[in-house]
Amino acid sequence: MTSVALLGQILDYANRPDPYPLYAELRRTPVVRDESGPYLVSTYWEIKGLLHDPRVSSDARNLTPDAAAAVGHEQDPDLPPSFLLLDPPEHDRLRRLAMRPFGPPHTPRRVFEMHGELAGIVSGLIDGLRGRDTVDLVDDVSYPFPVTVICRILGVPREDESHFHEWADTIAAGLDPIGTAEERAAMAQAVRQARADLARYLAELIEERRRAPRDDMLSAMATEHGPDGQLSPVEMITTSVLLLIAGHETTVNLITNGMLTLLRNPDVLKRLRGEPGLVVPLVEELLRFEPPVQMLPQRTTLADIDIAGTVIPQGAPLFLMVASGNRDPQRFTDPDRFVPDRPDNEHLGFGHGLHSCFGAPLARLEAQLALTELVRRLDAPQLVEDPPPYRQNAVLRGPRHLPLTIGGVRD
Amino acid sequence: MSVDGHLEALRREGRIVIVGASLAGLRAAETLRAEGFTGTLTLVGDEPHEPYDRPPLSKQVLLGKVPADHTRLPRRRPIDAQWRLGSAATGLDLAARRVRLADGDTLDYDRLLIATGVRARPWPHELEAELDGVFVLRTQDDAARLHHRLAAGPRRVLVIGAGFTGSEIASACREREVPVTVAERAAAPLVGALGGVVGEVAAELQRAHGVDLRCGVLVTGLEGDSAGRVRKAHFSDGSAVEADIVVVALGATRNTEWLADSGLGAGPRGIACDAGCRAFDVRGIVTDDVFVAGDVARSPHPLFGYQFLSLEHWGNAVAQAEVAAHNMVSASAERRPHLWMPSFWSAQFGVNIKSVGVPPMADQILVSQGSLAEHRFTAAYGYQGRVIAAVTFDQAKWLDFYERQIEQAAPFPPEFTTVDRRPEGHQPVSAGFPDPSQPTHGPTVTLSGYSPTDRRVSFTPRRA
Ligand SMILES: Cc1cc2nc3c(=O)[nH]c(=O)nc-3n(C[C@H](O)[C@H](O)[C@H](O)COP(=O)(O)OP(=O)(O)OC[C@H]3O[C@@H](n4cnc5c(N)ncnc54)[C@H](O)[C@@H]3O)c2cc1C
Repeated sequence: MTSVALLGQILDYANRPDPYPLYAELRRTPVVRDESGPYLVSTYWEIKGLLHDPRVSSDARNLTPDAAAAVGHEQDPDLPPSFLLLDPPEHDRLRRLAMRPFGPPHTPRRVFEMHGELAGIVSGLIDGLRGRDTVDLVDDVSYPFPVTVICRILGVPREDESHFHEWADTIAAGLDPIGTAEERAAMAQAVRQARADLARYLAELIEERRRAPRDDMLSAMATEHGPDGQLSPVEMITTSVLLLIAGHETTVNLITNGMLTLLRNPDVLKRLRGEPGLVVPLVEELLRFEPPVQMLPQRTTLADIDIAGTVIPQGAPLFLMVASGNRDPQRFTDPDRFVPDRPDNEHLGFGHGLHSCFGAPLARLEAQLALTELVRRLDAPQLVEDPPPYRQNAVLRGPRHLPLTIGGVRD
Repeated sequence: MSVDGHLEALRREGRIVIVGASLAGLRAAETLRAEGFTGTLTLVGDEPHEPYDRPPLSKQVLLGKVPADHTRLPRRRPIDAQWRLGSAATGLDLAARRVRLADGDTLDYDRLLIATGVRARPWPHELEAELDGVFVLRTQDDAARLHHRLAAGPRRVLVIGAGFTGSEIASACREREVPVTVAERAAAPLVGALGGVVGEVAAELQRAHGVDLRCGVLVTGLEGDSAGRVRKAHFSDGSAVEADIVVVALGATRNTEWLADSGLGAGPRGIACDAGCRAFDVRGIVTDDVFVAGDVARSPHPLFGYQFLSLEHWGNAVAQAEVAAHNMVSASAERRPHLWMPSFWSAQFGVNIKSVGVPPMADQILVSQGSLAEHRFTAAYGYQGRVIAAVTFDQAKWLDFYERQIEQAAPFPPEFTTVDRRPEGHQPVSAGFPDPSQPTHGPTVTLSGYSPTDRRVSFTPRRA
């Protein structure tokens, strides 16, 4: 059987600014076993097929014990997994319950109705840049914006952000499949601790909301009953941990990657200024071109799966390399070009199928608002360095800072 | 003139006539222009309306969410056509390549596309069918009238026939809190299309939503009052129901009468065509200038033993129209087969039902994911040891996978483990389709013909 040693290189921090040539190499064998153990799937149609394949599980308990040890998937003895890491029917029930206060069919207008509020938050953040000639887009806008939003939606006090910021970062870092057994053990330990801390914090908050509900998701989860009943107390915690982290660690990259891409493509930036409606397809192209979630490393197989000339054995770890699928020339013409109004752009940026991104409508709206406002209001923005410094994460990949010089801030 | 030159001339200045100005007709016209056809394009339609969409008529329109005249089909591109709306085609002269219209006009063509679809089968007793309050539902005008009467708050609606249209109408009535009785000849709703096992679930759904569902009965007669308004229906079991609205949902009849003497192979089961959408004449010889698409067509499908399938599915009408239009203006080497995977959806009683493949061909069914009792499941259908179809209730996300299974003629019952497999997913059972020799009110698919050989065709859809 062929195997490659590409995962190590993809995870290597030195390749964070541009992993795409490695993905191209990977695509030469659409499904291949990496030396380090997992099966890597890098081509569009194969990834999409597996995302809809009921023989694929997101529940790490279905890994063979050897495989689980090899990729460091350890069950947290204190807190069960969130629905992201569960299969139907549990997944479906939990996701439906979480969706009830967030989107259709029960609350179809929630995100839509937040438009004005979100616009207000972005413009407030941009107002704060007045009088400065250098800014860090990450710390000044792309981080605080989605964090403020997810806090409001969930009903988590924004002031507490300093507490949970670090927990969130640690949990997000835990998604990366990393090096030696010791490193993995240390990471698992840190993640467990962070989850426990965050869980304790949220448990208290949920209890408060249960007693005195407000107009937020924690209150709704704690008080409302639907056809599926209610989340159990532990499920409320795992679900709100998931949503808080997801709302924290992904959209920040989408916005930052967006600005970085626009500054690298000044003609597109100029076009967007004159044509704000372009932002809708542009954000889709961004999700294809620089997806905030680069790979889905938490799947396994319930049966032997014969795909693209390889048999993935039952219980093997399966990494779906969505950022690579998004650049697959078999699916997208000129895949390495950023085409803001690309037609037929069914990218994998939000995944697909069962676990497709829960917060997608919100993330889209946030990125659309942030990018149009940044482009409209920042005068002569310039990159200070290219590439910018990246975060350590390979899965949730994005710049840690994006220093810009600006000529001013318009009204 | 060379063949190439001839085709060039056709594409540049030929005359194409499309009869049937609805979904298939419009999409074909758009495709012709997209393919670079610059000649004269004429769309003939007997309805006075511009092409509109039918699926909402039994759903959003009856609920009052969308007015009946607001379902105009979105246009993909300008088609620069001569519209002959409100005028039916009444005859076809194959030799002279000429279509006759009801108003006496004639239209000469170089290529003809027939997309006349189907119409609702009316209540067979003419006098009863004319009673005020008796409806069918196929057109925008039908939907407007029915909605108007539903909005007036009837005492009870009787729906005759629990196929997809009848079930959706019943669902809309319940959502409007209108009392409704459904009468179905078979043992459960949707049996013709989805079989008895799934039909039982559909029956439970109807009853859970307060439908007075009566299966295994025939409506034997409708009774009117002195003013000619319907008021009562009699059933074969001797019972009767008082209703001031009766919706007849007994399936459809193909609109082929206008072709009766044309020499085209057109009849009550539609117009047979080859996989390239070219119509057969009565001798079984394929024509080269007459094409067919949509609900009125029957075409052979390699995946299903080359049987001639007639599919009353929205997606089929679009796909077949696109292939027909392409082939109308292409050289034979460039022509494409219509290899669409049958699929359709329905929304009723809060459930999203989807299907791929051809369920009525199946002998067995396996609930491969989820559970019938929860009304949330995926069922695989098997025919002679291979997967032939799949149906989901609120689990559409799995359908792509089963579609690949059908394309690959994967073994049935599926041998592998999946997520959400329940105890009921371990043993296939009989799919419970009624004996095909028994007349029913028209399943969505009719099958006929024999496989020319036993070989299987590998079917790979065009990607992108
Ligand atoms: C109430 C309802 C709900 C539906 N819901 C769904 C659904 O949920 N999912 C799904 O997949 N499908 C659904 N369908 C089916 C779908 O609408 C059809 O498959 C589709 O409309 C077929 O398009 P067509 O153009 O082939 O035929 P049609 O839409 O029937 O159009 C044929 C047109 O030709 C006209 N015509 C007929 N004879 C002549 C003549 N001699 N001269 C000129 N014009 C003529 C007709 O009046 C009509 O306008 C539904 C249909 C109905 C009626």
